Amino acid sequence: MSGKPKLHYFNGRGRMESIRWLLAAAGVEFEECFLEAKDDLVKLQKDGSLLFQQVPMVEIDGMKMVQTKAILSYIAGKYNLYGKDLKERALIDMYVEGMIDLNELLMVHTFQPAEKKEQHFATLVDKATNRYFPVFEKVLKDHGQDFLVGNQFSRADVQLLETLLTAEEFKPDILAKFPLLQSFKARTSNIPTIKKFLQPGSQRKPPLQEKDVEKVMKIFH
Amino acid sequence: MSGKPRLTYFDGRGRMEPVRWLLAAAGVEFEEKFLETREQYEKLIKDGELMFQQVPLVEIDGLKLVQTRAILSYIAGRYNLYGKDLKERALIDMYVEGITDLMHMILVFPFSPSEAKEKNIELIKEKATNRYFPVFEKALKQHGQDFLVGNRFSWADVQLTEAILAVEEKIPAVLSVFPQLQAFKTRMSNMPTIKKFLQPGSPRKPPPDEHYVQTVKKILK
Repeated sequence: MSGKPKLHYFNGRGRMESIRWLLAAAGVEFEECFLEAKDDLVKLQKDGSLLFQQVPMVEIDGMKMVQTKAILSYIAGKYNLYGKDLKERALIDMYVEGMIDLNELLMVHTFQPAEKKEQHFATLVDKATNRYFPVFEKVLKDHGQDFLVGNQFSRADVQLLETLLTAEEFKPDILAKFPLLQSFKARTSNIPTIKKFLQPGSQRKPPLQEKDVEKVMKIFH
Repeated sequence: MSGKPRLTYFDGRGRMEPVRWLLAAAGVEFEEKFLETREQYEKLIKDGELMFQQVPLVEIDGLKLVQTRAILSYIAGRYNLYGKDLKERALIDMYVEGITDLMHMILVFPFSPSEAKEKNIELIKEKATNRYFPVFEKALKQHGQDFLVGNRFSWADVQLTEAILAVEEKIPAVLSVFPQLQAFKTRMSNMPTIKKFLQPGSPRKPPPDEHYVQTVKKILK
């Protein structure tokens, strides 16, 4: 046992990517065990490792944790990325939940049937630029600080950077109207642990390609 | 300003019901503002009351909280329903997230097309019986305590009680193979704050009817 957290998921972003981001941002090294075929998932289910028979699953501090939000909250709490009190935590939670809603839209785009893709893309861009990005642009403008909450690096900053970069993969100029988000992106990308995660060879996963969709579907269905 | 938390939502369960349950279980009195027209909703957005242009909205302790999970986490933390340390909180989070996945099926059920309704009930029954309820039956059996986590009343107990009652409304005999959950349900229902909430005249909302569905569709378009 190495003592490092161990992540169980398929070799791709999906619902595990935010967890990889947060551990990396916190400077925590982790190991990964990749599900390649349905049998790998079935084996984990059969040996009682998955509380609700689902992945992500993260072995950490003697626990087999499941449910993405539970895992992220634990990591944030453990590594002091969750604000200094209940009110800051509430603010972080609100921001993060909004970002997760946007991330969900981005994540499911690759799985849309061909005839729905164009409409879905339009929805995703509309929500990003009219509902979500303006909120964080305003937050940064109102307090003029480097970080979203409490003048201190938190999981909200990590989540925002991940979301901004993913959105840019869909539409490279999506941040055109958001100068503070652009500078936030540059600043946060330079934080040493994050800079390292953004370099080739890190455990950050590439976007899911069309050709891999079928393989992923086979594991889970 | 009364100082009491104020909830803004439709006059029905939806995404606000778990918040009503948790506040009630904590013995906290609250006020409610019901959305009945699209104009009311648009005014809330125009006035900048809704961070991501969505309800639920809960005004509490000077905060305007949105995002159901952020609201519930805040209330749980504030009223000591979130375990005694990080690991208990992780367990509570895992349980709550699983229950939320089950409740999601019930949440969207009234909005599914009539021809899909029978199939959806079967799905709820299957998931409740095979995936979710066994987990909590086992947890209670293993530690033999009255509450799910840490031998103390928590958010997880409230959430599970709500879920049991909601599933029973659709599948009355669902607990027939879960003796621990039957006893748990009786125990929780007899706790003074919950007992009060289960009585007629409380803020608890009835199951969604056609009028509720039409109101939501009209307001959210």
